[in-house]
Amino acid sequence: MADITNQKERSFPKIEFTDSEAGALTFPSSKSRSYNYFEPAKKRATMYEDVTVDVQPDPDRYLTQGWIYGFGDGPGGYPEEWTTAKSSNWHAFRDPNEEWEQSIYRNNTAVVRQVELCLKNAKRARVYESWNRPWLKFIERNVGAWMHVENGLALHVFASIQRSGPVNQINTAVAVNSAHKMRFAQDLALFNLDLSEADVPFEGSAHREVWHEAPEWQPTREVVEQLTAVGDWCELLFATNIVFEQLVGSLFRSELVMQVAARNSDYITPTIVGTGEHDYDRDLGYTRALFQMLTQDEEHGEANKELFGTWLAKWVPRCEKATHTLQPIWSQAADKPVTFADSKQSANAKFVSVLEDLGLDIPKELDQ
Amino acid sequence: MSRQSLTKAHAKISELTWEPTFATPATRFGTDYTFEKAPKKDPLKQIMRSYFPMEEEKDNRVYGAMDGAIRGNMFRQVQQRWMEWQKLFLSIIPFPEISAARAMPMAIDAVPNPEIHNGLAVQMIDEVRHSTIQMNLKKLYMNNYIDPAGFDMSSKAFANNYAGTIGRQFGEGFITGDAITAANIYLTVVAETAFTNTLFVAMPDEAAANGDYLLPTVFHSVQSDESRHISNGYSILLMALADERNRPLLERDMRYAWWNNHCVVDAAIGTFIEYGTKDRRKDRESYAEMWQRWIYDDYYRSYLLPLEKYGLTIPHDLVEESWNRITNKFYVHEVARFFATGWPVNYWRIDAMTDTDFEWFEEKYPGWYSRFGKWWENYNRLAYPGRNKPIAFEDVGYTYPHRCWTCMVPCLIHEDMVTDKVDDQWRTYCSETCHWTDAVAFRSEYEGKATPNMGRLTGFREWETLHHEKDLADIISDLGYVRDDGKTLIPQPHLDLDDPKKMWTLDDVRGIQFASPNITLNAMSDKEREAHLAEYAANGTHAVA
Ligand SMILES: [Fe+2]
Ligand SMILES: [Fe+2]
Ligand SMILES: [Zn+2]
Repeated sequence: MADITNQKERSFPKIEFTDSEAGALTFPSSKSRSYNYFEPAKKRATMYEDVTVDVQPDPDRYLTQGWIYGFGDGPGGYPEEWTTAKSSNWHAFRDPNEEWEQSIYRNNTAVVRQVELCLKNAKRARVYESWNRPWLKFIERNVGAWMHVENGLALHVFASIQRSGPVNQINTAVAVNSAHKMRFAQDLALFNLDLSEADVPFEGSAHREVWHEAPEWQPTREVVEQLTAVGDWCELLFATNIVFEQLVGSLFRSELVMQVAARNSDYITPTIVGTGEHDYDRDLGYTRALFQMLTQDEEHGEANKELFGTWLAKWVPRCEKATHTLQPIWSQAADKPVTFADSKQSANAKFVSVLEDLGLDIPKELDQ
Repeated sequence: MSRQSLTKAHAKISELTWEPTFATPATRFGTDYTFEKAPKKDPLKQIMRSYFPMEEEKDNRVYGAMDGAIRGNMFRQVQQRWMEWQKLFLSIIPFPEISAARAMPMAIDAVPNPEIHNGLAVQMIDEVRHSTIQMNLKKLYMNNYIDPAGFDMSSKAFANNYAGTIGRQFGEGFITGDAITAANIYLTVVAETAFTNTLFVAMPDEAAANGDYLLPTVFHSVQSDESRHISNGYSILLMALADERNRPLLERDMRYAWWNNHCVVDAAIGTFIEYGTKDRRKDRESYAEMWQRWIYDDYYRSYLLPLEKYGLTIPHDLVEESWNRITNKFYVHEVARFFATGWPVNYWRIDAMTDTDFEWFEEKYPGWYSRFGKWWENYNRLAYPGRNKPIAFEDVGYTYPHRCWTCMVPCLIHEDMVTDKVDDQWRTYCSETCHWTDAVAFRSEYEGKATPNMGRLTGFREWETLHHEKDLADIISDLGYVRDDGKTLIPQPHLDLDDPKKMWTLDDVRGIQFASPNITLNAMSDKEREAHLAEYAANGTHAVA
């Protein structure tokens, strides 16, 4: 039984009427109600700008005492020298997606709901049982291999880049990109789990062997691993989002999986892979804006273009090798409405249009 | 999800990682730790499919509370004494948060075990959440609180202010130097596991007592992500402990990280809680009492001590000395007095202490009045312009202190100050441990072994150096701490906004010369310096008018 004889007297802080709300008095700065230390891109600062700009300080702006910790072999903070690309004002960059706390959780939660509903319906309607064997095999092997790509880019490319950009706007956009990739990789993995639990012939762990050993996938794994070895963050972002994602990522997701699935009576895979394409579209948005800023820079634009040309020369052949080696998977589905040549042509056209947006020369390797 | 399907999902997600064979990932952030013999720890994976909706739900609660606070006119009952300190706190804290995000790839690169990479990457997103949700809270204060000055220049002021720089260690320390020292020991094992309790739980409780229930809403929501971060750090710590060769580095880093966190966080949060509150109920916990509960019992006794059996050398002496500084050496009170002494170069206003405050302090910290009472009476007496200079430039028996080269909080416990010629410069340190941190720990060699990845202390570490022999009015206008009439100062040593005559302007502080104690010290002859240091040590913490 509760003891009521020994109840301590409760103690509360006293709430007082202080009239400390905006407008209660007029005095110097009483109406100064916007962050005044940065220039908004448009007339009024957006929520995104308010919570992002200058949160990472800079000795070139207000950081008068400089960075107070250094690395054993060089300066700390976010040195501009961590990339060979140059900007006359990195601070001018704005993420066109305006990612911050609320957008991250709202958008990704919406995607999660869509994917979950789709998978739940598929299970309930037992749709996997109606899929043909070659298609199940296709998913088992190729979509299975692809989830490694997404996870590797999430953890060892995008998460890594966001330590290095000279301004907060860049680093946060890339951090969000990493979250997209991690979510997408997991969605593919959990889809794989659903399939292995369904009453269909599907080997849930086959993807490992394919990713590690299947000859058609090795050059793709090779490029992904080569990406993680790049030290220059800007090259890494360029090589990944401009080159690899166009030539290999979109080719696989949009030009192959999204085109072929429906013809094999699969409307589940396109729903999931479609979220990955949707993410990439967003992420290409900030990437394009960043590299446009760099190629249009009045002072460094020409040098940057030249530099990006060398990056294209390095990464396009690697990605081309990966795509051409992937060619056999185009014939693995039972119903194959697209040819490799069609898919490749379409991916190339999109890649060319991104390069044109950036004002870069089209690499000759694409002419085949 | 059922437990069984959760386990299966975790196992499936583990299949996503692989060992590269074509290329070795770039190690842009090195460590002197080694993980060759590390056992594979397998902390629970975060499933993004449940993570995003869970966080969105938390957010909805936060934003609901924000709407409610504005509709309910919360700012009619917030204490200005409290809100003013938020101009400092909320200028600092979004930077440590975003730095924690930026630190995650350092830990990912340093620890070869892919099992923990997933958790670290999720923490990265959490920290973006924390930084931006806090910036948004600050914006709400700027829009709705009576005096927006100081909030309006927040990130600039953070970057050029002495107090901002002190706070910046809690942030730069996460992202610089040896990847494990920074992103694991300093950030997670000490800052997140020990000190976020005072930051994100104790302090918001005090906010509520001062009429502000938004700070607790936002910070409790932030803190609810912290247990996952703590378990990331714990996994890495156990892996590091598994290799004997890491033991000396762990001992070094625990000492540095513990002491620096104590110097910085207790200085700031202690001041906010003790000097920012109007709640003087005798049964309200003092900062010392909170510290005992959150840091001493919950962290030191429950978390650290059990690690001793895994071979971790725990800095018992430093834990005890922190407690000694907080209680017997009046550390927090010295810091608060220093902040108030320096009011003209702040970007917030500091309220005077009243008899009610005096009584509470004497009750909680016996002996307080004889050390601080007269000084605060003087602060009150010198609060308005016209007849006197700011208190720092009037004779009230207070010596403007030397600054600690390491933690950058001044050497306020005079008898503990250590002075040494390091890197060809006379430097002052608040304590033995801060001296050791600079002279011994942050070096390329430690106990005879090469530590090429260890960080360095850099930058213009004594803030006053930048302003040596400048006129106070010029300093303040260069810093930008001036209101929109072009002359009234943002900082004021009182809370009276109703009478323009009580507000200090640039004209009231013109003609006052500012001097750097460190430059002055280095200009002295050996004899002068010895005499000066002897006097500094002797006039101690008991300066009374
Ligand atoms: Fe955080
Ligand atoms: Fe955290
Ligand atoms: Zn110190």
